[in-house]
Amino acid sequence: MSRRAATHFLPSLNAKHLLIRNCLLSPFPGPTIIMIRTPSLLRRPFFSSSSSPPPPSSSCILPPPSLLRPHLISTPISLRCSAADSRLPPNREMATADNQQDPRLAGIASAIRVIPDFPKAGIMFQDITTLLLDVKAFRDTIDLFVDRYKDKGISVVAGIEARGFIFGPPIALAIGAKFVPLRKPKKLPGEVISEEYSLEYGTDKIEMHVGAVQAGERALIVDDLIATGGTLTAAIRLLERVGVEVHECACLMELPELKGRDRLGDKPLFVLVQSSVDAHDYH
Amino acid sequence: MFAAENGLKGDPRLEAISQAIRVVPHFPKKGIMFQDITTLLLDHKAFQDTVDIFVDRYRNMDISVVAGIEARGFMFGPSIALAIGAKFVPLRKPKKLPGKVICEEYELEYGTDCLEMQVDAVQPGDRALIVDDLVATGGTLSAAIRLLGKRMGAQVVECGCVVGLPEVKGQCRLNGKPVYILVEPREIDNCRHDISSEFLNVQCSG
Repeated sequence: MSRRAATHFLPSLNAKHLLIRNCLLSPFPGPTIIMIRTPSLLRRPFFSSSSSPPPPSSSCILPPPSLLRPHLISTPISLRCSAADSRLPPNREMATADNQQDPRLAGIASAIRVIPDFPKAGIMFQDITTLLLDVKAFRDTIDLFVDRYKDKGISVVAGIEARGFIFGPPIALAIGAKFVPLRKPKKLPGEVISEEYSLEYGTDKIEMHVGAVQAGERALIVDDLIATGGTLTAAIRLLERVGVEVHECACLMELPELKGRDRLGDKPLFVLVQSSVDAHDYH
Repeated sequence: MFAAENGLKGDPRLEAISQAIRVVPHFPKKGIMFQDITTLLLDHKAFQDTVDIFVDRYRNMDISVVAGIEARGFMFGPSIALAIGAKFVPLRKPKKLPGKVICEEYELEYGTDCLEMQVDAVQPGDRALIVDDLVATGGTLSAAIRLLGKRMGAQVVECGCVVGLPEVKGQCRLNGKPVYILVEPREIDNCRHDISSEFLNVQCSG
């Protein structure tokens, strides 16, 4: 994510908060940037999709830049964004007509584990492997996506390596679509097309097989988590370059403070769970 | 053991699955005919049939864990796990899994690599199925069997692979565990397959 792009997506932040931008850019390839700690009591099930970001809310307070730099921790601030959200703009879909939470979401949210200091000190990693050990929660996860996409004329599900390979194929099979893996360089045999995307330092690439999809097809892109949205944006470009219509991006989790949703532009994003920031236990 | 010799002789699904797999010559290096299962994933019926054949076999074997080997084992394992009501455990290259992990080394043509699993994923008494797209030397599968069986005390019931070598005929075992394979690699003249039999470390009886 370029620095210029980061500024564009954080227009309301003042100069002090520009430090956040530096923290948000990761040296690691792939979608995982900073994983913000999410104690389960603050992890909100959030069943929504939108093609535009939510309006700013007085109950959502951004963490200070120091929160995201472990050696500068000062006063922790809690971010509370409620999922039962009457603040949401009217074009946002909710689970049911009366805005009730789908009862399956709580089990899904609580099955995701937070691992501190992975892959490096200061990062709180959102680990979905515990969800995969919970047969009901895993099945509910797939069912929620399948319920949403089954009658939408989607002919291809593209999954991003590697955790997108866990969720994408069961969804594809259930909705009658083909599955296309989007992979790191040099993994796919035969002819491929690539899309480069920016990291804090340098770039990375994802690849797709030539001929896997045809112009005019409608696609769903699946990954476990959206952070800054860099990889998902590259995936969208890859598919659009060959004339595919990207219907939506679907993730289990979103880190809303990282504004990945904004980076997708006009492409809708659907997530099951949002991860909020809480620094109380963070030292 | 091959599906065609174990209850699925003449099953038309197997031929369609075989035909849906693309052979890519000289990948990742010259002389290797790579069995590319991504074309199988583009054929919804063949992909569904692949999963269904494994599910039909394993649904009544009381399997509590399906372990899939990164990354192509991830494309088949979860669907099987979901259908038979088992948990899914990813077995990954080093440093990808968070939390406490154990690691099992295995040999490559040159050097070694390591397969990792999270320690709390599997318990003694779990009955496990290990899934990958293809069995070649059996090195990765053997490491997986050691991880789940010897190291974590689970009972490895079987390994399931979409593609496996023709030399693996009859009741063949890897580390004492049966390997169930749907199809053979497709023949291309004058090129070795993904591996050649002298590199296999399977014991074949019958």
